[in-house]
Amino acid sequence: MALAKITSVTGRGVCVPGNDIDTDRIIPARFMKCVTFDGLGQYLFHDVRNDPATGKPTGHPLDDPRFKGATVLLSGANFGCGSSREHAPQAIQKYGFKAVIAENFAEIFFGNCVTLGMPCATASRADIAKIAAAIERDPATEIVLDVDRQEIRFGGQTVPAEVRAAARDALINGRWDAIGELLDGMEAMKTTAAKLPYLAV
Amino acid sequence: MPKSLFEKVWDAHTVRTLANGQTQLLIGTHLIHEVTSPQAFGMLRDLKLKVAMPHRTFATVDHIIPTDQLVEPYRDPLAQAMMDELRKSCREFGITFFDRATGKQGIVHIVGPEQGITQPGTTIACGDSHTSTHGAFGAIAFGIGTTQIRDVLATQTMALGKLKVRRINVTGRLRPGVYAKDVILHIIRVLGVNGGTGFAYEYGGEVFDRMTMEERMTVCNMSIEGGARAGYVNPDDTTCAYLKGRPYSPTGAAWDAAVARWKSFASDPGCRFDDVVNIAAADIAPTVTWGINPGQGISITESIPDPAKATEVDEKASIEEALAYMKLKPGAPIKGTKIDVAFIGSCTNGRLSDFQEVARYVKGRKVAAGVKAIAVPGSQIVALQCEKLGLDKILAEAGFEWRAAGCSMCLAMNPDKLIGDQLCASSSNRNFKGRQGSPTGRTLLMSPLMVAAAAVTGSVADAREVFAVSQSN
Ligand code: SF4
Repeated sequence: MALAKITSVTGRGVCVPGNDIDTDRIIPARFMKCVTFDGLGQYLFHDVRNDPATGKPTGHPLDDPRFKGATVLLSGANFGCGSSREHAPQAIQKYGFKAVIAENFAEIFFGNCVTLGMPCATASRADIAKIAAAIERDPATEIVLDVDRQEIRFGGQTVPAEVRAAARDALINGRWDAIGELLDGMEAMKTTAAKLPYLAV
Repeated sequence: MPKSLFEKVWDAHTVRTLANGQTQLLIGTHLIHEVTSPQAFGMLRDLKLKVAMPHRTFATVDHIIPTDQLVEPYRDPLAQAMMDELRKSCREFGITFFDRATGKQGIVHIVGPEQGITQPGTTIACGDSHTSTHGAFGAIAFGIGTTQIRDVLATQTMALGKLKVRRINVTGRLRPGVYAKDVILHIIRVLGVNGGTGFAYEYGGEVFDRMTMEERMTVCNMSIEGGARAGYVNPDDTTCAYLKGRPYSPTGAAWDAAVARWKSFASDPGCRFDDVVNIAAADIAPTVTWGINPGQGISITESIPDPAKATEVDEKASIEEALAYMKLKPGAPIKGTKIDVAFIGSCTNGRLSDFQEVARYVKGRKVAAGVKAIAVPGSQIVALQCEKLGLDKILAEAGFEWRAAGCSMCLAMNPDKLIGDQLCASSSNRNFKGRQGSPTGRTLLMSPLMVAAAAVTGSVADAREVFAVSQSN
């Protein structure tokens, strides 16, 4: 299966500040009752975008018309903590994001994003603040997350970013979805399985 | 060279190294449920692939199942659609489904051990973060995402980077009224919610040696809340005794061979760990969370943290955010905080011993006026065991609603939800914002007996005082 080689992501950005933004906040559990992932995007950050009491919009950055069409999501530390369910990365991707930049990520969430071909890059708090300031000044600022060179370019500035080695390799070589390679290993899988008594039919 | 259990299981299940340096790891047991697998079956069909090992794939239904409605169709059409979809996929691919009609339905992490499917020295994957529960048996068990579920369905393998291993010793004896739940809440409080990133936790020491399997499951269950990808306890006589005679356990000569094999997986004396943490059992008290992540816990005798006293900017901000959401007063004792709901259940604390312990103490007591209390067995088998012992009656007489098996108010994907900003004393594992079904609902995590103490007094209480707990457990 040939997959796209994701060496960089270019687009406008939006910043959703805060640390420890968990998967239940990204997509509240009650929206996870679905048999396909289509349509999840509209519920992204639902409970912080809408006042729980009145249902009225809270003025969340995602609903700020200036940032409409942003494809790069910026946030704080420990982004995506919580559940292993893929609904959260799926909701982010289905909403239209192509990359996430944060101080750091929860492990499972990070892996789930890579598998969807959506790079997660870490950058320092100060640098994320610089990017946030730049898009605040000019929401049309183009952000380039260069996965290959591990840097972020925006408004004439360049800051370092990190995309962990295994993830970077998978993204830039078009191996972010493991299924092709795993299928190639089916014979080897059977050899390993034959040595494990509990797997006998 | 002496090896840890993790390394032994990893090596035995390694298929090959992939181009990106990750390991193609054989997954011996794949557990599935209705929330995360329908989409994976969809992906499988799109790719025109089959299930590689249907005989090693087991399904149950837990998250969406109503606990007060036994007949289908369910009131929620989406819940029914998920149920139908799972049934259809299991039929299509020849997968065993512990449907309600089998009498074996329940929360996936309770069903696996109960059936004897969860065994030492094996690898287990399930599209659910609390899959680490199965590590109680000395299995390496991973919570995975839907795409990985597809991978495991199609190839019985997944791509994974090797984890480091942190040994956590809990030494000495737990004090009376201190439970496995307190042990793990304490560990997470000490090591942090991200402390386990990149690690598998190996739990050991006297406290774990003495624990029952159900207690070990409670601890391993919440490994993920400490950021660890997996958590386990080495298999021993307690493990084997639990598995003996279970439907999927080996019998006859195969049993003896299995026991020998299982025990051989235990970490070798003198094996190397990437990190070692020692905790004294005597330092662990009944623990209650006050915030919006499971690491924000304190002992029942402590006060709610005051952001003004925080030493770090980040800590201050996170305390402020948590207290604003929780509507709790900084510096006030946690004891005495009024509750609205009491929930006993979930894959952390929805097993027979949990209800036995609660029933033993609430017998003859009454749930405080104005508190809604529900008790939800983790599986149909747990329900039946409790009912045979009359525990359901004791709980019902005390004022608990006794429900049918499922995840229920742990995550509220079914009709059991908090309303508004209700405060819930809960035996579950997550206190995230909105976790229990209301976007402003508030959760305090604690042991089942602490939930019971809160239920009968109407506010957060020290179970040791409320129930005069003195005997060592
Ligand atoms: S009981 Fe709660 S944590 Fe456990 S599987 Fe169900 S929803 Fe997840």
